[in-house]
Amino acid sequence: MKFRTLALAAAIASVGLSSATFSTAAQAQAQEQFFPVLVYRTGAYAANGNPWANGYVDYLKLVNAQGGVNGVKISFEECEFGYATDRGVECYERLKGKGATVFQPLSTGVTFALTDKAPVDKIPLITAGYGRSESQDGSVFTWNFPLLGTYWVGADVAIQHVAKQLGGLDKLKGKKIALVYHDSPFGKEPIPVLQERAKMHGFDLQLLPVAHPGVEQKATWLQIRRDRPDHVLLWGWGVMNSTAIKEAQATGYPREKMLGIWWAGAEPDVKDVGAGAKGYSALALQHGAEPNSKVVKDMLAMVHDKGQGTGPKDEVGSVLYMRGLISAMLGVEGVRQAQERYGKGKVMTGEQVRWGLENLNLDQGKLDGMGFAGVMRPVQTSCTDHMGSSWVRVHTWDGSKWAFSSDWYQADDKVLRPMVLEAASKYATEKGVQRRTAEQCAQ
Amino acid sequence: MGFFIETMLGGLMTGMLYSLVALGFVLIFKASGVFNFAQGAMVLVAALAMARFSEWSNAALGGDSLFLANVIGIIGAGAVMFLVAWAVERFVLRKLVNQEGATLLMVTLGIAYVLEGLGQTFFGSEIYSINVGMPKDPVIMFEGLVEGGVMINKEDFIAAALAAVLVGGLTIFFQKTAIGRALRAVADDHQAAQSVGIPLNKTWVIVWCVAGLVALVAGIIWGSKMGVQFSIVTVALRALPVVILGGLTSVPGAIVGGLIIGVGEKLSEVYLGPFVGGGIEIWFAYVMALIVLLFRPQGLFGEKIINRV
Repeated sequence: MKFRTLALAAAIASVGLSSATFSTAAQAQAQEQFFPVLVYRTGAYAANGNPWANGYVDYLKLVNAQGGVNGVKISFEECEFGYATDRGVECYERLKGKGATVFQPLSTGVTFALTDKAPVDKIPLITAGYGRSESQDGSVFTWNFPLLGTYWVGADVAIQHVAKQLGGLDKLKGKKIALVYHDSPFGKEPIPVLQERAKMHGFDLQLLPVAHPGVEQKATWLQIRRDRPDHVLLWGWGVMNSTAIKEAQATGYPREKMLGIWWAGAEPDVKDVGAGAKGYSALALQHGAEPNSKVVKDMLAMVHDKGQGTGPKDEVGSVLYMRGLISAMLGVEGVRQAQERYGKGKVMTGEQVRWGLENLNLDQGKLDGMGFAGVMRPVQTSCTDHMGSSWVRVHTWDGSKWAFSSDWYQADDKVLRPMVLEAASKYATEKGVQRRTAEQCAQ
Repeated sequence: MGFFIETMLGGLMTGMLYSLVALGFVLIFKASGVFNFAQGAMVLVAALAMARFSEWSNAALGGDSLFLANVIGIIGAGAVMFLVAWAVERFVLRKLVNQEGATLLMVTLGIAYVLEGLGQTFFGSEIYSINVGMPKDPVIMFEGLVEGGVMINKEDFIAAALAAVLVGGLTIFFQKTAIGRALRAVADDHQAAQSVGIPLNKTWVIVWCVAGLVALVAGIIWGSKMGVQFSIVTVALRALPVVILGGLTSVPGAIVGGLIIGVGEKLSEVYLGPFVGGGIEIWFAYVMALIVLLFRPQGLFGEKIINRV
């Protein structure tokens, strides 16, 4: 009897204790803005996924070290999905229940899968430099934010850059341009714009898909050797990029005639090739490697020097690290902007963060103040433009580091805007989505 | 004509490398009746160990002697592969004597996951390079005979030659030496082999060591070609249609199967690919293997298994 009483008392006490712990944890969580972090630190794309994830997480730590977002600290949790769409969706489902108010899938495939879910769950998706290109049209894609640029922007600028090398858009006539692309939604995104540009300027577009993960490209490069295109555009990710550059070297194709998308222009893509990649260029999603920027110096001083860095110190400031860092910054600024309207020092909901992202206004003064001087240009979004900026540079591998090799380009809105509107309208019709009116946008 | 020859040669050289990886599958299957799904993971671990030991020793030597660093890398990687072979026998296979083939197959799947995880934990998941002095630039030959000449990649040529030497050596080892005969006896019947005094445990360690050696050579070649990172695991998957085509129990089958698949996938991509949107070489290899299976379920060179009831 005595034992039963003791056991009962212990059980009641433990229930009381655990509920007290739970309520404290819940309270703590309620006072923190939760950022889910979808990462791939293992698998075929880990070499590229790691620096992005490290930059992303480090920036969240930096914000906390600086006092949070108007005092609201950030909590985060990583979910490993190995760049597999099904596992990415699983991560989304798991983390949305933990109070997620913004997702960054880092995968065009996962973005396609989540685009229909986001409006139901009322969680915005930031897809900085990837995702669905037509989601720039925020009046249809209310919850998607392809900030800084889409693949259509990349394709348009790539053709502008090739034309500039040739001496003008009129010089494209009769030329042959090959697109070597990852055979996935990511790799196929630029094709409509390239086909449109091919029609406009009279160049021949050759499409050469490469199967995942892209380690076998011999047949592809033999075709390039046979057909001798004037330029090769590389739309690859992970090991596909370094393999392509090595095959170019092995078949004698000049690296100076190759131009990669911004996911094919980072250190892991060329480091292993070294001097063999010299002269290879890639688009830069505004930033390149930025080891001398103020934000990197702050990161080293406030996070890494205090032993709180996520990855190796020498990686800080590299291209993909900066991409992750900037992606995190965009999410944080969305929260900050939302607080301007809904209350400073408060934790924002998904809907409020969505408003913040749709009304983002990062002018040069703000960016400079945050340590991004020389790293990126202003970003201003609106209801009809969820991208906010379409500026791109080109950087070139000199055998040991990336260095900018062009002035700024801006995607041609006259070419892209009608395509965006048409594709967005098609999506709206298929899914039964009502395009938002000006009044609805103003709310 | 020159382009066709280039494609054929490219396919043959790639095919020889497939043969090398396929040989790892065939050796273990012949010696233990296990279809070793962990062969790709073994290639990854061997290449990672070689790259990292070489890198660390090169740094310790002040970057002065790449040759010495590579020798240390190869010895270190060899030691790791021996450790893997010993651990697999000691902790896995010893408990599973006379178990069903399906059980052993599932076990190798588990071994693959463990090796992939441990390999990346110990050696890292970045892209690492193996520099064994392979030439990277192509040469143009037969310019007088064929218009434009025939381009040959020196690195591919050397890699194929190395693979051919290893394949030849292993064939002799397997067919002509006492250890080779012991391995085959174990494969035929575990209990019968034990009853005539063949030590089962030692034999398994030997065969997994040989498979580790094959993995190391494949890892060095593929690592030198495309860098050492996780995707090297997929190279092993490219050898699956090779063993299906050539037969799981045949060393010559692995060689001929590798060459057929290598040439077949390159020619299909180049000549059929444009009609169906391209990117067909991976699945086309499986189509070729399936067609062979329809007519010869044991593969081109495999033994026809007859079970008497």
